[in-house]
Amino acid sequence: MTDYRRLAQDGLWSNNMVFAQMLALCPVMAVTSTATNGLGMGLATLFVLLGANMIISTLRHFISPAIRIPVYIVIIATLVTLTDMLINAFAYELYKVLGLFIALIVVNCAILGRAEAFASKNTLWDSIVDSLMMGIGLTWALVIIGGVREVIGSGTLFANAHLLLGAPFAFLEITVIPDYRGFLIMVLPPGGFIAVGFLLVAKRWIDRRVEQRKRRPVSLPEPVSQSSS
Amino acid sequence: MNLAVMRERLDYQSLLLGVVVMVTCALLALAYQLTREPIQQALADDMRQSFSQVLPDHLYDNDLLDHAGQIEAPWGSLTYYQASLAGDISAVVFPMQASGYAGKIEMLVAIKANGELSGVRVLVHQETPGLGDKIEVARDPWITYFTGKSLHNPLPTGWAVKKDGGEFDQFTGATITPRAIVAEIKRALLFFEAEQPTLLYPVRLPDAVGSVTAQQGVEEHD
Repeated sequence: MTDYRRLAQDGLWSNNMVFAQMLALCPVMAVTSTATNGLGMGLATLFVLLGANMIISTLRHFISPAIRIPVYIVIIATLVTLTDMLINAFAYELYKVLGLFIALIVVNCAILGRAEAFASKNTLWDSIVDSLMMGIGLTWALVIIGGVREVIGSGTLFANAHLLLGAPFAFLEITVIPDYRGFLIMVLPPGGFIAVGFLLVAKRWIDRRVEQRKRRPVSLPEPVSQSSS
Repeated sequence: MNLAVMRERLDYQSLLLGVVVMVTCALLALAYQLTREPIQQALADDMRQSFSQVLPDHLYDNDLLDHAGQIEAPWGSLTYYQASLAGDISAVVFPMQASGYAGKIEMLVAIKANGELSGVRVLVHQETPGLGDKIEVARDPWITYFTGKSLHNPLPTGWAVKKDGGEFDQFTGATITPRAIVAEIKRALLFFEAEQPTLLYPVRLPDAVGSVTAQQGVEEHD
């Protein structure tokens, strides 16, 4: 019996793609200048991750270990291209914002990592749960990083959210600091590294507090061991 | 035969890889066919939307995408779009490319038949956020100051940023970007002046009779 609580906890927190595995940093730095961009990239990656995990898990008995990497890459690249075409055709405004970065999902080793470490060894259903948890974990991480950079860098939050989610979500767009003159470095790539660094500190600090509190009754089980590229 | 044994055979592996590639290629070809029309539609809508930003509505009543012409410019082949009102050519729109601080700045320059700028907009750029991106109309009205300007207002010597002795503002901390844009607009205006007869000659004659109307749009005052 699969431990779904463990899968959820791993994906969302303790083995989070960005904050624990430290994967996917290339798109993270490039895209997360605003919370909206982070959300869009997170959702696009979630979609590709779900598709890749499902296909690879279904085919796992047929794929010879010797040629598994090229097969995975072909499958992932196809899914990314499909996503790219669909967003271009049916959400053009979003494509103008995210277009350049969607192709980056191919080189996102996190997806290949999940295919290799999880989908190739587990059932379809488990792989779906794993990809959803990992994808949601990535999405919230990107939104948080984007939000921190956006508030400090431009003084707004969720700017242009209506392009991503449609007009009804325009209420998300908040000007946090009116008449803000901007803090350029947070919008540029170095700001991404700074934001990720501080957020990592915050996560470690929370983990340590939780551990100290739990140490007396019973020690926390070790997270599932991961071998990812 | 046992799948585990099969998987180790070279012919099985080659076949598998071939099948995977064929299936994915078929999928991509199908998706390409399905999305080609909507993508072209989205691009065309986007172009029309951009045109409406550089041309006021009362200046044209045609679909500019149907009135595109090709001309050899000193910097290469150029596609231009003619705007017309009741059959008279009222303005010409050029896509131009300035060399900015961080790559190409793609923009649209619309010039009215009398040589005045109807509007300029930046479509795509990679300038520094917070400094050079003030060329976007969403961030700063700077780009709208060109509306109504021509080679007579200011005179060609004034077509530079203030730092270079011209008439146009640069931004604090960013001179290269505005300088590139001012130079590119000036280049478009000079090209328009030189090639006016060709540019204002209808690329597509109106369906009705009366193709002589092209000359009426030319009202140079020099």
